[in-house]
Amino acid sequence: MVPLSYYLVLSGILFACGVAGFLIKRNIITIFMSIELMLNGVNLSFVAFAAQWHALSGQVFVFFVMVVAAAEAAVGLAIIIAVYRTRATLNVDKVDLLKL
Amino acid sequence: MLHLILFSIFGLICVAGAVNLLVQTHPINSALSLVVVMGSLAVEYLLLGAEFVAAVQVIVYAGAVMVLFVFVIMLLNAGAEEHTKGSIIALVLGVPGMLIGSVLIAWVLVTKSGTHPLSLNAMPGHPRDIAQLLFHDFLLPFEVTSILVLIAIMGSVVLASRPEAVEHSKKEG
Repeated sequence: MVPLSYYLVLSGILFACGVAGFLIKRNIITIFMSIELMLNGVNLSFVAFAAQWHALSGQVFVFFVMVVAAAEAAVGLAIIIAVYRTRATLNVDKVDLLKL
Repeated sequence: MLHLILFSIFGLICVAGAVNLLVQTHPINSALSLVVVMGSLAVEYLLLGAEFVAAVQVIVYAGAVMVLFVFVIMLLNAGAEEHTKGSIIALVLGVPGMLIGSVLIAWVLVTKSGTHPLSLNAMPGHPRDIAQLLFHDFLLPFEVTSILVLIAIMGSVVLASRPEAVEHSKKEG
């Protein structure tokens, strides 16, 4: 049996990796994947707390987080395609104008 | 004991995948290591007694969302990312600062929240209980998410469609 704190530490590591990737990566798709990594870290702590307090609502919250993440991935990737079509680059340093 | 061993193995795989996502330069390698992270997280959910969440994690995240990512990477023919000059102060201050901060938080979590293990014998993770909660107590948020998904579908269709193709179809129809 595993203590709750180990799960929280693992989820914190995942979240920190997501934040670091968001900050250091230059490819817009990889930045997007870092956001998914952060969401996964949060989901893990939701499930761990649900197990700790024997409350199923934590798992329902994870379900809602997954729905929002899926919607966000669909819209975000469509935005990435639109950006690539107008700028022909995926580097976020080169996407620095609101209007071409 | 078996739980702890499995947790450690899949936790290590999970962290290795997350670090690999950071160090790889090509987005397709990052996407595949994210699949590894999500698969091992599903095992962690199983260890916590959340079978429904584990199944949804594999189907929705490791399946649908990652296929979407890989599809876009292939579609845009994304190559290795170009490096830009980062600031040296960020490297000198940021890496040790983040390490110290994370070690402190981990230490506080492990010492203060105790190391008494989670008891999983009375774990209510059955899909029937989750369905009861989802379609009874959380019915309104569930319906609102359906509207959210509908808006997301319409938004992605509008955003990803070519403007000239839309004009062309308007003239024809």
